[in-house]
Amino acid sequence: MRIAVTSTGESLISEVDPRFGRAAFFIVCDTDTMDFVAIENENVAGGAAGIGSAKRVIDEGVEAVLTGNCGPNAQRTLDAAGVKLYIGVTGTVAEAVEHFKSGTLTIAEGPNVPSHFGMDK
Amino acid sequence: MLDNFVVAIASGKGGTGKTTVATNLASAACDSGHKVQYLDCDVEEPNGHIFLRPQIAASRQVTIDVPQVDTEKCTACGQCGQICQYGAIVCIKDNVLTFEQLCHACGGCFRVCPDDAITPKPLEIGTLACGKAGAIEFVSGQLNIGHVRTPTLIKEVKRHIHPECLAIIDVPPGTSCPVVEALKDTDFVLLVTEPTPFGLNDLKLAVELVRELSLPFAVVINRYDVGNEKVEEYCEAEGIRVAARLPDDRRIAELYSSGKMIVRELPEYRNCFVDLVGAMEAHR
Repeated sequence: MRIAVTSTGESLISEVDPRFGRAAFFIVCDTDTMDFVAIENENVAGGAAGIGSAKRVIDEGVEAVLTGNCGPNAQRTLDAAGVKLYIGVTGTVAEAVEHFKSGTLTIAEGPNVPSHFGMDK
Repeated sequence: MLDNFVVAIASGKGGTGKTTVATNLASAACDSGHKVQYLDCDVEEPNGHIFLRPQIAASRQVTIDVPQVDTEKCTACGQCGQICQYGAIVCIKDNVLTFEQLCHACGGCFRVCPDDAITPKPLEIGTLACGKAGAIEFVSGQLNIGHVRTPTLIKEVKRHIHPECLAIIDVPPGTSCPVVEALKDTDFVLLVTEPTPFGLNDLKLAVELVRELSLPFAVVINRYDVGNEKVEEYCEAEGIRVAARLPDDRRIAELYSSGKMIVRELPEYRNCFVDLVGAMEAHR
């Protein structure tokens, strides 16, 4: 399965980024092969970051997003595409994927933080 | 007599005394026989009414047109999402999502939709109130909480400027888009500052802005007798006129904190504001 994990760096041993919309990178990986690509997030500056980031990962064809926190606009956009959202994810990207595979992650019912949560970090 | 004249009271740093100057200037000018309008364009937190205590005669909602998508007609071509610069309308698989709070009412999505699926829907962004504070014509905008269309509401407030009046505009602090909208097409700007490092730093930014907008301006130094000399030195070096200086008078702070007007309660300050009107007449 193809999923996206928000990341502070470009590798599988990078820490998960606690933000979605303004995450530094998205690691898009195949959970079976662990092949991955690191996408630099172009939405960090400026407005509508949540929507832009959601659109970006949706266009990568992911079925799920793993992150720390996600705001209302991003959550709504991911939901419209049927992408499952997992929040409260910590540790390295590789660890996060393992937790996802073993089904221990928390799925989000809605946004868990308000707008602009990830700014000014 | 100053008529057909629009003066904007602005600042770089917030809290320097714009509203103090704007409301007392309006009052002094009115008492001197001018036909005065006071327009509160600090629509995110209007406070002129606290001091002028107007009787509001009319109040209305201000709206902008945001997109409404007819899902029957929509073919999910994605053109609307592509033209939108603000993320307010976005095509996700077969759905079109609208985020009304982000819409800047540019009209782009309505234009590009090949299926005529998008129609305008009014969204309330704030209120506009008109009334009188004694003989002063009072206009104020107040943006709804959570909304971002500040410049749109400011533009609406400024539509109420009458040519026969001396119109005094209370501008938001800083140098952002709302400030530019409030300053545009005015005849004179008074930049209120304080003689402190932040005051000077932000005054320089405001000066850069009014010069960029080619607006004539002068500086008012509030609490001029505390802080340091650097604001005066800067104005001197830049050839900027200091039109007025207000001292750091505790009584002014006490009056302000009770919502009272300086020119009413401390008659010795009336001349200062009357002279400020004179300074602008001279410029004209």
